[in-house]
Amino acid sequence: MAARAFAARRRVSGALERSRALEASTVVSLSAVHKVFAEGERRTVALEGIELDIARGSFVSLIGPSGCGKSTLLRLIGDLTPTTSGTITVNGKSAHLARLARDYGIVFQAPVLFDWRSVQRNVELPLELGRLPQAERARRAAEMLALVELDGFERHYPWQLSGGMQQRVAIARALSFEPALLLMDEPFGALDEMSRERLNLQLLRVWQKTGTTVVFVTHSIPEAVFLSTHVVVMSPRPGRIVDIIDVDLPQPRNDLTREDPRYFGLVTRVRESLRRRDTHATTDAS
Amino acid sequence: MSRRLRQYLPAAAIFVCVLAGWELVVRAFSVKQFLLPAPSAIVGALLEHRDELGAAAASTLYEAVGGFAIGGVAAIAVALATARWTTARSALMPFAIAANSVPIIAFAPIMNNWFGVLNPLSKMMVVAVLVFFPIMINTVRGLTLVDPASLELMRSYAASELGILLRLRIPNSLPFVLTALKVSATLALIGAIVAEYFGGAQSVLGQYIITEAAFFRFANAWAAVVVASAASIAFFVIILALERLAIPWHASARSPDA
Repeated sequence: MAARAFAARRRVSGALERSRALEASTVVSLSAVHKVFAEGERRTVALEGIELDIARGSFVSLIGPSGCGKSTLLRLIGDLTPTTSGTITVNGKSAHLARLARDYGIVFQAPVLFDWRSVQRNVELPLELGRLPQAERARRAAEMLALVELDGFERHYPWQLSGGMQQRVAIARALSFEPALLLMDEPFGALDEMSRERLNLQLLRVWQKTGTTVVFVTHSIPEAVFLSTHVVVMSPRPGRIVDIIDVDLPQPRNDLTREDPRYFGLVTRVRESLRRRDTHATTDAS
Repeated sequence: MSRRLRQYLPAAAIFVCVLAGWELVVRAFSVKQFLLPAPSAIVGALLEHRDELGAAAASTLYEAVGGFAIGGVAAIAVALATARWTTARSALMPFAIAANSVPIIAFAPIMNNWFGVLNPLSKMMVVAVLVFFPIMINTVRGLTLVDPASLELMRSYAASELGILLRLRIPNSLPFVLTALKVSATLALIGAIVAEYFGGAQSVLGQYIITEAAFFRFANAWAAVVVASAASIAFFVIILALERLAIPWHASARSPDA
């Protein structure tokens, strides 16, 4: 299927469109997506009327209070949960076919490494499932581990590494088969602030080197602004997209970015956008 | 190494003290040997009848290990089948759990009848049935108690059922299986000896113990019990070594210096 050009397709005010995206195609496209969880008599509307296009090479954060459906949205894109209605296109295919074609790598909040595999064999896991020859697997694993600065740890086992290092192995594994899309579900949520900032920088370097499109779920406003080209603000009950904020901070970003007045301005904008929707409900975004 | 030694020192001291106390009590109160022979008498009997005891232990171990192998292979095969077919699992598991609490050893005379009293296969079958249920239940547990996030990860890579079985479920089950094997190793020897009490060839530990006890040669019977314990511990240690080899990554096998 030919890649469609979506530059003109703006559904939400301030939609994902930048000069960089103009010549690029859309990797993820969601249209009229609804998700309802039914538990016996109780029906919970998790997501309602989601319209979103994500351009190739962009870094999109989904942010919102607990229960706004941001993780559910990520899981819908990854075809780990079925939609109730609406269409999701990933790389020109349905989300289901995209998963079967191994179009995305995923990183969860927990590293989800296999204890019985060394670091290198963990990174090779998706390559094994894709039936790559041994030599090619080893080459790519070495390359990816170098990218996340874990060269020298190939023969270690997951339980011999710190939490941050384990998460870097998970990132190397997700990128080892060069997927078009990287899905990240609060990947640094369990880490301390200092590890988190270091990993943020490292993630940006990896993103720039590989040119992957990233969809990143977080509940940290500064993290979302620092990492993203676009921040998608969501509100709960039912989960909706309430705002899409373009983050036009210069690339590559570094420690100085965090001191840029524009950075603070954008953090404030995202915070206000979150608060505006919460006048009637309590916010538990932390 | 000296730290290792010091670690085992208290246990060794208790062992020596108990033996010494036992010997003293038997001598001081001249306990009749059919009530409790002194350790020195047991060691004497052990040395005197070592050839006979060695042959008996070899036969009994043959039954125990043979039955353990039959039961273990069958249990793992059934567990793999039930892990693959959920319907089979929900149909079989209640019976397996119920059967696990049945005193299987009560079937020993029936097995003797089926396979022949003198045929070691009759004892092997008792052992096989005895170890089957704990191994099967634990293997099913290990194959199915998989971290849901790991399953999602495999799904995200579009892994097939076979890929998930080989790369996730089976490695995940190994600690469970090996724990069951360790328990079953001891169970296998108990099963073999008790099955021998219900009749069997002369040169087996169970029959040896019964005969010697019948003739009031209790030191000999005790010597056979010591040999049976040694065989049981040896079997357990072999499975333990197997565990270290098979799952060096697991917490139970990690060396503390890692």
